[in-house]
Amino acid sequence: MACESWSAKLDAYVDGELSPSELKDVATHLRECTSCAAYALGLVQMKRSIAAAGKRYQPGADFREKIQKTIGSKRQRGGSWYWKIVAIPAALVLILSVAVNFYVGREKTRRERVYSELTDLHVATLASASPVDVISTDRHTVKPWFQGKIPFSFNLPELQGTDFTLVGGRVTYLAQSPGAHLIYRLRQHEISVFIFQDRGDETAALASAPVSTLSFTVEGWKKNGLLYFVVGDVGAQDIESLSKLLRDAG
Amino acid sequence: MEVPDQRVSAAAFEELALPLFEQLYNFAHWLAQDATEAEDLVQETYAKALRAFSGFQLGTNFRAWMFRILRNTFLTSRTGLKSTAVIDDEVETIASTAPNPETVLLERADREMVRQALTELPVPFREILLLCEVEEMSYEEIAHVLAVPIGTVMSRLCRARKALRALMVEKFKGAPHGV
Repeated sequence: MACESWSAKLDAYVDGELSPSELKDVATHLRECTSCAAYALGLVQMKRSIAAAGKRYQPGADFREKIQKTIGSKRQRGGSWYWKIVAIPAALVLILSVAVNFYVGREKTRRERVYSELTDLHVATLASASPVDVISTDRHTVKPWFQGKIPFSFNLPELQGTDFTLVGGRVTYLAQSPGAHLIYRLRQHEISVFIFQDRGDETAALASAPVSTLSFTVEGWKKNGLLYFVVGDVGAQDIESLSKLLRDAG
Repeated sequence: MEVPDQRVSAAAFEELALPLFEQLYNFAHWLAQDATEAEDLVQETYAKALRAFSGFQLGTNFRAWMFRILRNTFLTSRTGLKSTAVIDDEVETIASTAPNPETVLLERADREMVRQALTELPVPFREILLLCEVEEMSYEEIAHVLAVPIGTVMSRLCRARKALRALMVEKFKGAPHGV
């Protein structure tokens, strides 16, 4: 039996409705008064029981639909069709154009970054005192040299009957990914061929046709999970012929 | 682009009101004690609320506002007019019927028994217990729903609990296994 003077406060206490000072008073009283403590415990139990028992009735799915329609149908009053006909296509066009611009712009910058990095690699390698680590015109020497140095293998084309000669190769890196850097010669020009694994990241930014950057021509493609790039200061046509040879070999 | 106000408010209304659907239905069913009537009540509540929504001040308690509309709709319905017992809130709350052993009653009571007791309670007691325990409303929210001062909420809640406890005691005494 709760003390009469405390009874009403105990309800507010279990409902979390007491002010901090009242809360302190009640807490002190509860420590001293077992009957009030028991009463408060009973109230808490009752709260729990009612909460559990009170969640009882579930509306049917049909009724929910009906209510949704009641609320939803009101939204289409007052010339909303005109509004929809104009606004929805306009919004779609806007979203689409923003998305395309963003995508194209991003692809373009990604591609530019990759291509300029490849051009740098090409130039830096040719300027080096020892541009290649394996010197051989024989593809059967160059290809095995890469074994154990890069995590993939590739095929190199037969050059007999073409103007291209293989100079050699070295291991290179693009965006922290190891790859093969091969150097070919055409007349007095040196052409770099880069082969990397296609990791689906930004290195996979390829142009559909050869791209000229700063007097270099770059062509890239994907084949069998590998990314190929051909970089050189020769004309696009020569880059394409070498690319074709590599494509046919890979 | 200018969007007519009506549509903005209708969209806002839907966003605010639909999540309350299940709670409102449960409460309506408890009040009316009938599924069809509960559906009618909820539907009317949504219709009324949507019409009155332009007058609703955003930032004030929308849930309490909806429950208040539902409750008023019930009170003016046929079942509501029949079932409403008049509760005299001025009556002194005297802790008279609950000796200590019953504090453990509810722990031993099964859910069905509590439901039965809730059903038997007069509507003013039933609704305040549901708002407090099931909807977990604050005294202030309950005061808004019932359109009474907070002091009345406190005293009525206290009496509702005692009434429920008394009903539970009766049920235990009547039950074949006894207490």
